[in-house]
Amino acid sequence: MRKLLESKGLSSVAASLIAIVVGLLFGVAILAVTDASNAIPGLGIILAGGFTGGMKGLGQVLYFATPIIMTGLSVGFANKTGLFNIGAAGQFIVGAFAAVYVGVHWTFLPAGLHWPVAILMAALAGGLWGLVPGLFKALLNVNEVISSIMMNYIGMYGVNYLVKQTVYNQLKNESANVATTAVIPKMGLDNIFYNLRGESYHDVSSVNGGILIAIALAIVLYILLNKTTFGYELKACGYNRFASQYAGINEKRSIVLSMVIAGMLAGIGGALLYLAPASGKHIMVVDKLATEGFNGIPVALLGMNNPIGVIFAGIFISYITIGGNYLQTLQYMPEVIDIIIAAIIYFSAFSLLVRQFFAMRAQRRRVASETEGEKGEA
Amino acid sequence: MDILYFLVQQTMFFSIPLLIVALGGLFSERSGVVNIALDGIMIMGAFCGIFLINQLQDRMSGQGLLALAILVSMLSGMIFSLLHAYAAINLKSDQVISGTALNMFAPAFAIYAARTLQPTGVQQVVFENTFRIKSVPVLGDIPVLGNLLFQNCYITTYLGLLILIVATVVLYKTRFGLRLRACGEHPQAADSVGINVYRMRYAGVLISGALGGLGGLVFVIPTSTNFNATVAGYGFLALAVLIFGQWRPVRVLLAAFFFGLMKTLASAYSGIPLLVQLNIPSDFYKMFPYVATLVVLAFTSKNSQAPKASGVPYDKGSR
Repeated sequence: MRKLLESKGLSSVAASLIAIVVGLLFGVAILAVTDASNAIPGLGIILAGGFTGGMKGLGQVLYFATPIIMTGLSVGFANKTGLFNIGAAGQFIVGAFAAVYVGVHWTFLPAGLHWPVAILMAALAGGLWGLVPGLFKALLNVNEVISSIMMNYIGMYGVNYLVKQTVYNQLKNESANVATTAVIPKMGLDNIFYNLRGESYHDVSSVNGGILIAIALAIVLYILLNKTTFGYELKACGYNRFASQYAGINEKRSIVLSMVIAGMLAGIGGALLYLAPASGKHIMVVDKLATEGFNGIPVALLGMNNPIGVIFAGIFISYITIGGNYLQTLQYMPEVIDIIIAAIIYFSAFSLLVRQFFAMRAQRRRVASETEGEKGEA
Repeated sequence: MDILYFLVQQTMFFSIPLLIVALGGLFSERSGVVNIALDGIMIMGAFCGIFLINQLQDRMSGQGLLALAILVSMLSGMIFSLLHAYAAINLKSDQVISGTALNMFAPAFAIYAARTLQPTGVQQVVFENTFRIKSVPVLGDIPVLGNLLFQNCYITTYLGLLILIVATVVLYKTRFGLRLRACGEHPQAADSVGINVYRMRYAGVLISGALGGLGGLVFVIPTSTNFNATVAGYGFLALAVLIFGQWRPVRVLLAAFFFGLMKTLASAYSGIPLLVQLNIPSDFYKMFPYVATLVVLAFTSKNSQAPKASGVPYDKGSR
């Protein structure tokens, strides 16, 4: 029990929780500066978050968490190999396009196969977008940060062009509806996340099987990273590229594969968001990078690059973001949530301090008990 | 000829902010701190500067107001970057974490503050552009050269070039520059000869904050009439320009001009008959600067000159 309390995992969870509390306090301070009388009710609304909307609201939390969990997994996975994947935005959007293209045009596929193939193609497209910075890094020594940034813009403009050429809904300046067989099925979640209206009308949340796929992929990644030789090699490259090379690990292969897998994850994120019914999300033709891509960075950081941690981080950020939308009832701007998230990330940088504190206390106690033991013997 | 003048003037509008911000990043990285927060710092500087202009433009206008806004944006960028410096230097945290936090904070804060402080409740901060110089006296009358560099310009263009010269001199010809570079290459060695590594790194980050904030203002003023809590990812592009320029001031200038020219061609191709005739979709033109940068990088990155200790927290106790 004591060992568990002093373990590294627990102290890092404690550090994250402390960061969250301090970040929330910071947010309340901002609210108080804006309008002191409503600051405490405001905090209540933020904390109530997704619960405010009942079971449907909780479903929405999971729905909006899905894409940022995927991009968070993408950023976190690359991070384990010592690579900073700032290119999730581009990988996300090319994945989204591939999925929508398959969803609109490949109607010859049988019903049960249509959406899985669309997701698969999204993974391929995203993987391709990750492959370029990976190859550039491994073979040409190009910093992956800069090549990923370039790939972000190339992906965005490329997708804008391709959407207009192949799957365009000119009226709304966005992508066309995907076939119903390409929509990700609810997988039973519609029986849990709904609000009852009147006698029997189910006001169903937008959440679908995507969240289950995201969680399943996170578990696969966890096993891959912690229980396989391949995962060990990737992590070894992250710790020390040269040492792992000396130990006979092909570090170039590891870099390329890590970026490809990271790209695939972000690409799947695009598929999970946009393989939605006609009333759901469509790819907008605008000159703006996908925000889901950049939001993957704080999710990965808050989840400490651990796939399981990323699930919780994604759900948490989605949860308080939805709470932020309700803040407008008190005349507060919902952007305060982004400020809070930023503060949480910033204070999580203090985690080293917290961990040192835990380690020091543990050591002091050990020393104290040892000296006591010696006294007893004497 | 008019097209050429127009292209050069436009290129300046794109290149100068990139140059200023990338030079800021250069000081930070040369001191050993990766500053991925440049985008956020730009937004913060632009917001404070533009908001000041918005508030004072009934009473002031022209270059005096611009000078005041420049000071405010530099100062605000500097104060904002202190947060990054504290986390990266004192707390020895992962520098990507605090950088990301700043990047997230700045746009949210700019929107929040604009909507709260402005009676209209909108997030755009509008301003009247009274800063354009139609023609610089005397210099603007020089044939060709005057047309290219001294007409339809902003004082910030010359400020950017001045910063380049000062940065080069400071970095390579002063004691401060030598010490700063030493801290980015081998902080232990620098410490062993009595240089205060922490102080040098603070200096590096603060300079990047001031230049980043200035760059934000310089980016917004010629290209828009309102500030909408974004600098269109220019902070990240400046980071790319810095790496592209191999952490050396003059090469950073070339990289910034290369990128600025590509960007200008992409946005102004419809005014160039030759390019219109090619009949290429506009999205490809927009893509072009990024593809070109990628290709150039592929040929020039084999021997990267990154500061060796950049991104590594300095710990006195480690070996």
